[in-house]
Amino acid sequence: MAIEVRIPTILRTYTGGEKAVSGEGATLTVLIDDLEANHPGLKDRLIDGADLRRFVNVYINDEDVRFIGGLDATLADGDQVVVLPAVAGGS
Amino acid sequence: MLTIDQATYDAIVAHAKRDHPDEACGIVAGPEGSDRPERLVEMVNAAGSPTFYEFDSTELLALYKQMWARDEEPVVVYHSHTATEAYPSRTDIGLASEPGAHYVLVSTREHGNTEGPVEFRSYRIIDGAVTEEEVTVVPELSRSEA
Repeated sequence: MAIEVRIPTILRTYTGGEKAVSGEGATLTVLIDDLEANHPGLKDRLIDGADLRRFVNVYINDEDVRFIGGLDATLADGDQVVVLPAVAGGS
Repeated sequence: MLTIDQATYDAIVAHAKRDHPDEACGIVAGPEGSDRPERLVEMVNAAGSPTFYEFDSTELLALYKQMWARDEEPVVVYHSHTATEAYPSRTDIGLASEPGAHYVLVSTREHGNTEGPVEFRSYRIIDGAVTEEEVTVVPELSRSEA
């Protein structure tokens, strides 16, 4: 099963410049491990310990995964995943 | 160098003054690769804070999808500092995630919501390195060469 993952500009160093890559997995955790196998280094930019990094947003079919189970969110063939770094800062 | 038109410059300043003492934030989108800040999008500061800003995650996705559909990118990412200078903080630097963007900082510390000059400065932030750049305000952006 194939899931398209949209990669933000800042992480395209891990995907050879590709804007989108394809991966597999029944949950977000499995998908990220699958992506890591083909694009080493990517996982560490997405995950901190057992959680998604605080300032990385991941969406499955336009839903922020934080509202649908986080790393345990389930995936199905044809789902669209988008990764976007938070736009944030502070004085 | 950041070249920005007067109307967009004024709108960013007005947004920063309006939201003071909370930090204001937004982007100016432009055609991919053009370096032309053409379309101002004011964002809500989901943190609603005088010391922090963050785009709401759902609005962030909507914004990027809109830009992708229009072949745009964020040419300017702006936010205000309301009690400190218009220079990127450590947090700003650590979280900067658009290496191609001009990071604009506006400081409203002197005049707050009222009339009066503000600091308006622009930076590149790439891999933790901050480089200030000149800001040129023009009456209108020159016609696109495209």
